[in-house]
Amino acid sequence: MNPAANNDASKGLVVKQAGPLALIQDAGRFGVGHLGVTQGGAADWISFRWANWLLGNAPNSAALEIVMGGGLSLEAESEVRLALTGADLDAQLDGKPLAPNVSFKLLPGQRLVFRQPRQGLRTYLAFPGGLNAPEVLGSRACTAREQLGGLHEDGKPLKAGDRLTWKGAAPAVRRLAEGQGPQMPVSGCRLPIVLGSQIAAFSGRSLFQAFNQPWTVDNRADRMGVRLTGPALHGSLTGIISEGIPLGAVQIPPDGQPIVLMNDRQTIGGYPRLGALTPIACANLAQCLPGTQVWLTPVSASQAQDDYRKQLMVWR
Amino acid sequence: MKPGIETTRTEATRIKIRIETTAMDALMVRLFDTIDEANMAWVIAADQALRDAFGAALTDLVPSYTTLLVHYDCEQLDHGAACQLINQALSGLSPANTQAGELHDIPVWYDESVGPELALVAKRAGLSVDELIQQHCNHDYCVFALGFAPGYGFMGLVDEALATPRLKTPRRKVAAGSVGIADRQTAIYPLLSPGGWNILGRTNVPLFEYAKRGEPLFRPGDKVRFRAISREEFEADGGDTTPMEERS
Repeated sequence: MNPAANNDASKGLVVKQAGPLALIQDAGRFGVGHLGVTQGGAADWISFRWANWLLGNAPNSAALEIVMGGGLSLEAESEVRLALTGADLDAQLDGKPLAPNVSFKLLPGQRLVFRQPRQGLRTYLAFPGGLNAPEVLGSRACTAREQLGGLHEDGKPLKAGDRLTWKGAAPAVRRLAEGQGPQMPVSGCRLPIVLGSQIAAFSGRSLFQAFNQPWTVDNRADRMGVRLTGPALHGSLTGIISEGIPLGAVQIPPDGQPIVLMNDRQTIGGYPRLGALTPIACANLAQCLPGTQVWLTPVSASQAQDDYRKQLMVWR
Repeated sequence: MKPGIETTRTEATRIKIRIETTAMDALMVRLFDTIDEANMAWVIAADQALRDAFGAALTDLVPSYTTLLVHYDCEQLDHGAACQLINQALSGLSPANTQAGELHDIPVWYDESVGPELALVAKRAGLSVDELIQQHCNHDYCVFALGFAPGYGFMGLVDEALATPRLKTPRRKVAAGSVGIADRQTAIYPLLSPGGWNILGRTNVPLFEYAKRGEPLFRPGDKVRFRAISREEFEADGGDTTPMEERS
């Protein structure tokens, strides 16, 4: 529980400049939904898992989720091997371009800067053995809205002057084979959705539209939810008695424009739903920049589980 | 695609239990179609039965007014096995003893400065502000569900006369401890957060000290009684008297 206990005073990475959003995340907070506490965790959990895999870390080791880049600048106090996966945020190591999906060495005094998204939206930076951060309700996930987790246990993103330390010493040095590793979604990608029982309340026309034309990812998108814009969907239900919301739930508020509920969603809510995106689809949606076109593609729960298990096998 | 709805009916329960596909690894157990305090004994019993049946294969269980959302580990159970386990767990279910719920006494400073909708709600109900406060305090509210924010309890049912719809434009910031009404529900905001409820006053009772207790003050099935206190009492207890920043 005490992150300071195994800190080596000379081992750290200092935040010289904060970008718009960099959060400590792990796989998320589970078994606490009944307390009203959200799941949190890495939004693109696939890239997050790859980042830890590259260093040989345990899969749930805390890493940094960096959104957009925006000038986030980190300076090494000591030599360390890190792994970078997910979005290409035009990262530079002492001014030299650094492509994602590799592990690399950072020497004392060297700076890592994240500039702007070139492909994808969120990049993951893993540390040897995982980042040190206080565990709150079983997780190191940082959720701003709930003021839970993070370096200072207030749910706040990284700020200038913060110092990151990690648990392990010499990590493994793994490389991705050709075609292995996270794939950033492209416009026109398919997002598999498991249909829910409330589907029956939507009009036939709305159901046709939901699955037979692309939706546009809106700029109203964050870790709570991602809005999709397109034709307004309507049905016989306007509100329902509030009930639990799973990851990826596609809820339809009165304006008919879907909102996909993501990792930091509220735990219960009262808008009717088409169903829920699969976890793999959620990871992909988390990397979609505003303006990206996506298709909702119905899939059975069983098929979705097969695909999910296949994804997990990759790291075995 | 597998059918999403399965129905089970047993002699002992006489409630209809529906299991609905909700996500890749989540099933909705639907027990009722309307909000009723009498539901709680069943929801609490189902919660316990499902926890016992799923054990380590349960990743999350979110009970609400009429439903329980079961998240299971699909590396341990497939869709069919999870449905079957729910059916087994809930066959022969009998209601829990709701007398076991705790009664919480919540002191509230009702005042325009921290409860900007006091006058609005009173006017709609045709009451004076004092009468409204008396009415709000004159009932043991049932905690139906926790959600929205850590430790936030949805309580009801508020007297029909006091029912007030949510604000048209939610506030960006509602102070921690704010006590509000939306339709026939009442609740306390545990943290500074956005919100659209009609705010009547403020309490200094902490709702979720996770570091100290690890769990919130309220649990579903608990009862809550509000008690009006003066500004002096509120301040003496360490209450924050900073007025609500934004007014609608």
